[in-house]
Amino acid sequence: MSAAVRVRGATKTFPGRGRAAGVTALENIELRVEPGQFVSLIGPSGCGKSTLLRLVADLDRPSAGSIEVFGDPAAKARVKQAYGIAFQQAGLLPWRTVAANIRLPLELHRFPPARRHARVAELLALVGLEDFADRYPDQLSGGMQQRVAIARALAESPELLLMDEPFGALDEMTRERMQGELKRIAGETGAAVVFVTHSIPEAVFLSDKVVVMSPRPGRIVDELPITLGTGSAADDVRESEAFFRQVSAVRELLHGVPGAAPRGVDLR
Amino acid sequence: MTARSLTRVRALLLGLGGIVLVGVAWDLYASFGPDAGVQLGGVLVLPRASATAMPSVGSMFGRLLDPVASGPGSPLLLTAVIQASLVTLGVAALGWVVGIVVGLALALLMQRFRTAESALLPWVILSQTVPLIALAPLVAGLISTARVGGQAPPLWVSVAIIASYLSFFPVSVGALRGLESPERAHVDLLRAYAVGWWPTIVRLRFPASVPYLLSSLRLAAANSVVGAVVAEVAIGMDGGIGRMMLSYAQSSSGDPAKAFGPIFGAIAVGLVSAGVVALLGAALGRYRRAEATA
Repeated sequence: MSAAVRVRGATKTFPGRGRAAGVTALENIELRVEPGQFVSLIGPSGCGKSTLLRLVADLDRPSAGSIEVFGDPAAKARVKQAYGIAFQQAGLLPWRTVAANIRLPLELHRFPPARRHARVAELLALVGLEDFADRYPDQLSGGMQQRVAIARALAESPELLLMDEPFGALDEMTRERMQGELKRIAGETGAAVVFVTHSIPEAVFLSDKVVVMSPRPGRIVDELPITLGTGSAADDVRESEAFFRQVSAVRELLHGVPGAAPRGVDLR
Repeated sequence: MTARSLTRVRALLLGLGGIVLVGVAWDLYASFGPDAGVQLGGVLVLPRASATAMPSVGSMFGRLLDPVASGPGSPLLLTAVIQASLVTLGVAALGWVVGIVVGLALALLMQRFRTAESALLPWVILSQTVPLIALAPLVAGLISTARVGGQAPPLWVSVAIIASYLSFFPVSVGALRGLESPERAHVDLLRAYAVGWWPTIVRLRFPASVPYLLSSLRLAAANSVVGAVVAEVAIGMDGGIGRMMLSYAQSSSGDPAKAFGPIFGAIAVGLVSAGVVALLGAALGRYRRAEATA
């Protein structure tokens, strides 16, 4: 079976304007994400982790190298709707209710109304927002808005979920709860996830593999497989010795990055 | 009574109070001001307060309930003003609708093609610098050469076209800004959904432009009323409020209060058109919700 995401030698250079020199955001990136695998991209601000995600989503094109999603080139994968996506800002349409926001991709891709209705009900239950179907985004808390965005990303049951710092704007309490829910949802749906974050504990808690990146030009420093022992409750995991050990391991990798140390990295 | 409805009542009372205050100030000056006005170094700094120059507010409204002319069978001034107002309102509304259609079409074209924006926008702006008075006879002349079923189109067609010439401008500029207003994340999302230009317009850009569009429509409504009134006068179309203003003003020395009839009519036309846009805004309330920041 082909990998969920396969990045080979990807480089992204943004051309300079006028006399300003161009910026190399990513250099020679190699990355492989297996089906069902949860992979976090972590690094200081400006390391190109969001750019890498945008390349996988075909929202930007690489200057060199190739990107495949389930064996297809990224552009074809986007047209085939091989992935669902969520951004740092929930990005809900303010004039649509919660249910209508989740329904948007289903409407755009012409699902029959009966199936739409059933699917929206399913997704609302999955993210625990059954009672808020008719509310508008401005009536929801930040965490609830993000849950709607996740439900929307899952609407067409994608095998791959791309998430760009989706919990970045949430408070710590909400954030930890959302992490637990995302872990559960990813497990239930069996989707592969590429998750951009700048929080080390978040990356360690969620991931099967943490990819550590360095800034300007963005390169992959190392990949760290995470093993936390499955089945235990979220709070137990966060307080386990294995969790602390692997948080330290990621932190050391980040600090080892020349000139990149804690600046811009969330060490919480 | 909730705090909110109380605020509304307060706003309404204050608004009415403002109007009454202007009326009272007018009447006070008309009664006690010097008939010859106040001159400073040969320049009139305060207006003449004679009954011919400043009829009392009461007489203005009272005049509405008298016949237009002294002859038998003459309708009430109020009836004549209402009829003329409806004519102008109809022509202005037609011009408004045509202006909206043209303005939206231009905005869509400019949004779709960057080159169209560079090529069209200067002309759109330039078009509004041509004085209406110069333009009106030109348009009327052009229209009169057209033949529909062997006949020249009626004058109101020219008036409506001139009204639309003033109303398309705010719509095209406002709609373009509105169509360009969606956030990056929203545009990215629709791109991720791999949908084309038109679905993006329908699901995202058009709904996002509603708040911009509503203020444009309000401006366009006011513009098309002004355009219709001025064009009536410039072209010489009878039956509307513009022509009525002119002919009554000419007889104002003998019947000063009468000239205010069509002015009230014009105000009523403006209020009705603003009211229509307000109703539209209320109907589109959900498109004016702002997304709360997470």
